[in-house]
Amino acid sequence: MAIIERPVITESVEIALPATPSRAQGSFKRPVATTGWKSWLFTVDHKKLGIMYGVMAMFFFILGGLEAVLIRLQLAAPNGKVLSASVYNQMFTMHATTMVFLFVMPMAAAFANYFIPLQIGARDVAFPRMNAFGFWCILGAGIFINLSWFFGGAADGGWFMYAPNSGPIFSPSHGVDFWALGLQIAGIASLTGAINLIVTVLNMRAPGMSLMKMPVFTWLQLVVQFLLLFAVPVITVALFLLSFQRNFGATFFDVSAGADPLLWQHLFWIFGHPEVYILVLPSFGIISEVLPVFSKKPLFGYPFVVFSGAAIGFVGWGVWAHHMFASGLGPVSVAVFSISTMAIAIPTGVKIVNWTLTLWGGKLRFTAAMHFAIGLIVLFTIGGLSGVTHSVAPSDTQQTDTYYIVAHFHYVLFGGAVFGLFSGFYYWWPKMFGKTLNEKLGKANFWFMVIGMNMTFGPMHILGLQGQPRRMYQWTEARAGEGFFNLAFWNQIASIGSLILTVGIFLFIVNVIKTSRSKERAPLDPWDARTLEWMTSSPPKEHNFDVIPTVHHLDEFFHRKYEQDPVTHEYKQIATAEEIMADQEAHADKHIHMPSPSYWPIVLAATLPVIMIGVIYSIPVAIVGGIFLVLAMFGWALEPSTAPETDFDPPASEESTKELTPLV
Amino acid sequence: MSDVAVHEADHGTHGHTTSTGLSNNKVAMWLFLGSECLLFGGLISTYMLYRGRVSVGPRPGNVFDIPFTSVSSFILLMSSLTMVLAVSAAQNRDDRGTTLWLTITALLGATFVGGQVYEFTAMYNEGLGFTTSLFGSSFYTLTGFHGVHVTVGIMMLMSLVGIIKRSTIPGDKAEVVELIGLYWHFVDVIWIVIFTLVYLIPA
Repeated sequence: MAIIERPVITESVEIALPATPSRAQGSFKRPVATTGWKSWLFTVDHKKLGIMYGVMAMFFFILGGLEAVLIRLQLAAPNGKVLSASVYNQMFTMHATTMVFLFVMPMAAAFANYFIPLQIGARDVAFPRMNAFGFWCILGAGIFINLSWFFGGAADGGWFMYAPNSGPIFSPSHGVDFWALGLQIAGIASLTGAINLIVTVLNMRAPGMSLMKMPVFTWLQLVVQFLLLFAVPVITVALFLLSFQRNFGATFFDVSAGADPLLWQHLFWIFGHPEVYILVLPSFGIISEVLPVFSKKPLFGYPFVVFSGAAIGFVGWGVWAHHMFASGLGPVSVAVFSISTMAIAIPTGVKIVNWTLTLWGGKLRFTAAMHFAIGLIVLFTIGGLSGVTHSVAPSDTQQTDTYYIVAHFHYVLFGGAVFGLFSGFYYWWPKMFGKTLNEKLGKANFWFMVIGMNMTFGPMHILGLQGQPRRMYQWTEARAGEGFFNLAFWNQIASIGSLILTVGIFLFIVNVIKTSRSKERAPLDPWDARTLEWMTSSPPKEHNFDVIPTVHHLDEFFHRKYEQDPVTHEYKQIATAEEIMADQEAHADKHIHMPSPSYWPIVLAATLPVIMIGVIYSIPVAIVGGIFLVLAMFGWALEPSTAPETDFDPPASEESTKELTPLV
Repeated sequence: MSDVAVHEADHGTHGHTTSTGLSNNKVAMWLFLGSECLLFGGLISTYMLYRGRVSVGPRPGNVFDIPFTSVSSFILLMSSLTMVLAVSAAQNRDDRGTTLWLTITALLGATFVGGQVYEFTAMYNEGLGFTTSLFGSSFYTLTGFHGVHVTVGIMMLMSLVGIIKRSTIPGDKAEVVELIGLYWHFVDVIWIVIFTLVYLIPA
């Protein structure tokens, strides 16, 4: 925020942070706070927004986790009485909605926001205010969807909300309305975020950083943003149709009016299948950073990992109907989608092989981050293999809507996406907060999670193949079966497992609290890392880099620290991170122009839930909200993204304007 | 003041070559339009699935007034021409010409939207309400979404006229004119698809 003057180059502290906005833009003067709550509320700094995304996602992770525990408690004993049938339906619907849209996606966005600019050597994202807007939208969406608990009950049609369960007859409360309209707001957040990050990656790379020198995390996030860009509008259409049906009397999914209920299924899964890659690819990116660092080897087959990621991005669009094999699509469709589903296992398998070969012959360091990364490889492979069994349509017909499906997607989403995110926490925590998370607690966290998750989701394979239907609200002793296939036994194991899992997550929170209280600072380069985000202070300065690095290699930071001996081909250290930092500070840019904070993102985002509440309860409220929306858009459009020079005390001098270092 | 304005204009492209050489705003607009293709793709698919599903009320062939809609489609297409002239004027730093052609574009767009309102009213009077049949629901949803896009475009054009009038440097909003032009052409192209599929090809 603002202009950073550097009259004396040896000083590394921030200098001359300005001051009073001299004139109003639109109706407000620009916010200027650099500390306190205002500096967070109106910030456009990608790092602050990344942390805000992370905090929000963690909150919803705990909320969704509690919902999961309630589900498991209900199924822990015969004739479960913890939840009523109606509340149980709401619970599994909201558990999935929360975990998918309000935990994994925002958490991946947290890492993307924080680390993409740092990894490509930029000072911020392309559209900083739009970045802030995206965060306030997803927060608003999360609160809005969960408000339904207090207004007559939450959505209860399952997270894919098939007709007719989503219709007014089977779901008379406003839960589905809150769900559909809330997801629209979340969609706006995803769309603005996708556009912003794609432009950032394409346009704002440091000099020399060609696409094939980008870190894999940035690459896979780029693929994810493209998936979001094209998947979100499809669910937007589906949600509009659903809302028009529920609120304005249309009959898009009403079979008695001649509608085709498969329309919803197609629209939902055209979004929904790319969505599963949206959830898991960021974690693939994270472990593709973690594994090379802790193996002290470059990623094996970098181009293969990148292109197989892109291949997943393409093929991911051609497999959606494997979610609908049981709906009677006809033999041709089933055959086509069967084969394409088998095909998509190939690029995923390529990644597994590459990660494994990265480990091969490396100097492995088993840190907590490394534990989670290896955990991902193993657990995701199990989930991937059960995924291949779904591609065989006759077998899938047996498995559809059983616990086998529940087992499969928890292995890929919990074992894949969540383990990757946790690997990211342990790997990047010192970068984000300047303190290293406790390794011992971290490993305990890992083991509780890995044991808990296998106990919870492993037995579900058996339960599912024995025919226990998904979303079943109670089971009875009379029909539980005998011996190895006793449903009661495996349900109890799963419920105990979920408690062990909870202990694991609890240990993580303990670790965070303990670390935040500790005084011990992390070293500048605690892991001997390879990529640009480590080539700055921890936490990074507001402008990220004192001088924008010029990139010559993949893994630029590693190549600045190590040099290969031409004869022995051994790498030997030529510089430490501290020396590289000192060199940067000595050559720091004198005049850095950062984007200015703004009121408009939060104001504009706040109008959306108002409009949505109006759509449900009273159209005049929606109209008033709409008027404020338009006003906020004008306020935004009339405000320059960077405050003019005259807004700063003292105004930038002629001379320094000449030396103006462009905002990357 | 003029220094400040120059500075602000710099920030549109950050006064600096980007990695691709295209300005951030332009890449963002293309991406957004790519996303919009999928939005209309979903809506058009819905209409194509449901256009023959009429249990009560008029069928597609009975309510469309093709000569009338052809004229309003022609007007919308002509607005693309005037939009091109506005972009060209902006690139020649001719602010008077730019605002003139932008205003004419907006008026042509408004004529189209007015025609759509008239058409909707006529159809409603012939018994095709939003909830009458699946054909009605999907027709109004598809063309309504398109109409909203045109309306948003008109608002952007008029705001742009106001902004250019306030600006002191001729031609400094040329890129914004071009970007809104991209959006406007996109909305026109989508209408060509809708007009063909909805009106011209019999259900």
